[in-house]
Amino acid sequence: MLNKKEIPVIGTPIDRRSFVKWSSLVTGSLLGPAAFISCDSKTRVTELSASEEKVIRTGCPAHNCGGKCLLKVYVRDGLITRIETDDRQSDDISDPQLRACIRGRSYRKRQYHPDRLKYPLLRTGERGEGKFKRISWDEAYDIMHSRISGVINKYGNSAIHIPYGTGSYTNTNGRWPASRLMNILGGSLGYYNSYSWACINIATPTIFGTLETGNQRQDWLNSKYILMWGWNPAEMKDGTNSEFFIRKARENGARVVCIDPRMSPSAIALADEWIPVRPGTDVAFMSAMAWVIINENLVDTEFVDKHCSGYDRKTMPPGHENEESYKDYILGTRDGIPKTPAWAEKITTIPADTIRRIAMEYATSKPAVLYQGYGMQRRAYGEQVVRAGATLASITGNIGIPGGWASGLANQAGGGPFWTVFPSGSNPVKARIPVYLWTEAVLRGKELGPEHGLRGADKLDNNIKLIWSVASNILVNQHGNINRTIEILKDPDLVEFIAVEDNFMTPSAKFADLVLPACTQFETWGIEDGWKYGDEVLLTPKIVDPPFETKSDYRIAADLSKRFGVYDEFTAGGRNEKDWVAWFVDEIYRKTRFPDMPPFRKFAEGNAGVYVKPVHKPKIALQDFVNDPEANPLNTPTGKIEIFSIDLYKAGQPDEIPPVPKYIREWDNPFDEKARKYPLQAMGHHYNPRVHSTHNNNEWTMNAFPQRVFINPADASERGIEDGDMVSVWNERGAMMLKCRITKRIMPGVIDIPQGAWYDPDENGVDRGGNVNILTSERWTPFAKGNAQHTIMVEIEKA
Amino acid sequence: MKQYGFYIDTVNCSGCKTCQIACQDKNDLEPGLLWRKVLDIEGGEWKGNDGVFSEYPFAYHISIACNHCNNPLCVHACPTQAMHITDIGTVDIDESKCIGCGYCTWACPYDAPRLDHRKGTMSKCDLCYDKIILGENPSCVDACPMRALDFGEMDDLISKYGKEKNIYPLASSELTDPNITIRKHTNSIIASGNNSIIANREEL
Repeated sequence: MLNKKEIPVIGTPIDRRSFVKWSSLVTGSLLGPAAFISCDSKTRVTELSASEEKVIRTGCPAHNCGGKCLLKVYVRDGLITRIETDDRQSDDISDPQLRACIRGRSYRKRQYHPDRLKYPLLRTGERGEGKFKRISWDEAYDIMHSRISGVINKYGNSAIHIPYGTGSYTNTNGRWPASRLMNILGGSLGYYNSYSWACINIATPTIFGTLETGNQRQDWLNSKYILMWGWNPAEMKDGTNSEFFIRKARENGARVVCIDPRMSPSAIALADEWIPVRPGTDVAFMSAMAWVIINENLVDTEFVDKHCSGYDRKTMPPGHENEESYKDYILGTRDGIPKTPAWAEKITTIPADTIRRIAMEYATSKPAVLYQGYGMQRRAYGEQVVRAGATLASITGNIGIPGGWASGLANQAGGGPFWTVFPSGSNPVKARIPVYLWTEAVLRGKELGPEHGLRGADKLDNNIKLIWSVASNILVNQHGNINRTIEILKDPDLVEFIAVEDNFMTPSAKFADLVLPACTQFETWGIEDGWKYGDEVLLTPKIVDPPFETKSDYRIAADLSKRFGVYDEFTAGGRNEKDWVAWFVDEIYRKTRFPDMPPFRKFAEGNAGVYVKPVHKPKIALQDFVNDPEANPLNTPTGKIEIFSIDLYKAGQPDEIPPVPKYIREWDNPFDEKARKYPLQAMGHHYNPRVHSTHNNNEWTMNAFPQRVFINPADASERGIEDGDMVSVWNERGAMMLKCRITKRIMPGVIDIPQGAWYDPDENGVDRGGNVNILTSERWTPFAKGNAQHTIMVEIEKA
Repeated sequence: MKQYGFYIDTVNCSGCKTCQIACQDKNDLEPGLLWRKVLDIEGGEWKGNDGVFSEYPFAYHISIACNHCNNPLCVHACPTQAMHITDIGTVDIDESKCIGCGYCTWACPYDAPRLDHRKGTMSKCDLCYDKIILGENPSCVDACPMRALDFGEMDDLISKYGKEKNIYPLASSELTDPNITIRKHTNSIIASGNNSIIANREEL
């Protein structure tokens, strides 16, 4: 039947040496015209495929997107020729296929990119200038050894910092091996929190005493009503299949409403209704919902009286009876401002009737889910929105029941995931900074104390003097206020030595003194479990060889450990990456969360790529507490759900850290006088073609979703801007020039510059790459000391 | 003869383009060479007074490839008979005959045939011929994280999903009788004549 067809048989063997011909790989194709051979028999196709092609199932290279998906990688002659996804026959709701997204499916364009780092590089120009020379690994290790030793001798271990970074995330890859080595060598300055979840990570336990506040996702099918609040799982992948579970919940009868300043892909494909909210005013909306719920007598008083502290006068914790309760705040008993829908209308842009309706729907459609996204907590006072959402779940009694949802960070019930099993060891340096304050620790570390969120010590004994950055782009690209950050990094008297280990010459790597070329996750062994949800373990075997002189993050640290004479200790007696992965499976996963998973050897030989524990009866978070609060108190000061938080009360800053959740006007906002100069709010959402800054150089994904300034037609026409125009965007911190896209999907008064684009300054320091951090601020939130990067005001004009 | 086709569920399509990328990877297509593409349709207006919005716009997505039409205008337009209907009813290009003139693109109301600059010939979705003859689905279908695409014999697809072949702003199905069946997003029903546009033309 196949007499007409030229089939791409992938038949021409590719010379092993052609691997290094990067240009030919990039221009497309391993399968250029020469590889298309005529073929007239189905049999021949099958035979060729069988004899020459290997198929390997693997976890998708992990860059901290939230997804943990399965890839089926086709390999021929040492080259990856094609990538498919989970092809398990069953796609049951208890164990659905882990289908990879655009990022995973396009990985060949990253893997075989001509700009892959190939050799160790030593800086020859000024920091940031991008001038380097090739050196040998021997020289690179000598330099690392002497600079680390030098800083330890001169300042002590606490002057060394291995920054936060999530560019590589499979245990043997990423920052953990570097941490292990430094811990053996006396430690380094630690951090806590993340750039993703600072406020939600700190605020969730102030209410619930735990981060384990999420039901297993199959339970969404039991819900009648789902509020996706600032949550966009279809694009950012908050767990593989989260968007699919919402689809299933909807098919099961749930009504889904999405609240977001942007009509996100999730708003379109998952929700019955989309309600745009002015960025940074979600708590006003939530407070007005509470006002309606209270005034309509829809508060679940039985639940509140038994389980909550600080809702009203009656439930205030002992010793705080005269403080302002949540109900006081909502009704305006003390401040004279009832938080009515009419009050919230002007703040949020949402009609009072809509607010009233949503409040009624949420409170009367029990069980209901209020799922909080993370963008709105990366804002000024980001702690409040976390607490306010959880409070709505509490006063409606939606906690600890099937179909309900407690809100907060929502690690999955039943133990949550491991995240990291690589044993970094204990850090002898006990001091830890909030992650977002690393530039402060460079500038004035010795001045930092507990008031800046310092933990583990009363003060720092050093400023940061040496940075060893692994799989991280926070040095320049992902931190707030790039112009400020690069001034700090340019000064060799501040940070004396910067090493960056990565796959590409990122904007951060350009500021390194020494660049170490790491291989990708396809080129070494690793393993991952299922992110926030974690019902599966994905193996990432070594599929192809590391090209040129690249090495795994583990191998780099192991080789360096020889210079320090600690190789045996570092490698636990000579373990390589694969040995560690075997150890993780056999000694950690199998002995704890996954007792029934096959031993490593069988797991690897089976080529399944994934081991899953199907979820037939989803676990419900906080259920024990809700069923018997006396016997199972929460880990909060009162043992109850703290709507009034005693810990926050103790902070003693009620204006910025109120004990009950409040709407606080942000420090940069569209209401104040300053907005005359910078009238537009700018958000930087997590964009489909990238995972943070990873894949920004992926031609397939970026061609599908180019980096643009997204602007509403009204704001564009006011400024004479037309679709596709080059525009300037600026504020007091910096400026960029980029093409715009006019779209009704962003609300008036707000522009969107998706986060993660690579900073690419012109000769005037104007960013041409479209990096929103040229505009964002280094200012941190009051309690979590977290990043508030989305809280910014800008102006825009036709360039 | 069996007639194969696609089911396109625009209710559940999030516009993520995983189908498009899966196709590019499977067929080794240059960036910009799209055998499957995803339209972003936007319509409606922002309406309101005094900073409060009472009415919002709407949007939806359509993932579309070659529809392997029963009345393929591309085949009629081809001056070299390179474009043809195959033995399994798909529409395909015989590269040895194609001169890359682009008449097929002009004729196709779905803009499906695209010039492959590398080869100098026209190119387009072949329904993953090599996969479907082995009983597998086309790559795009098995890629969709929302399970919003399906493939099969048209009779089966129609009995499962209905026989709707039209959605705004695609061309009327009367032109070519495409082998697709569509589940329509509610927004697509109000889109016509409601100030709707394809908002992502530069991506297509």
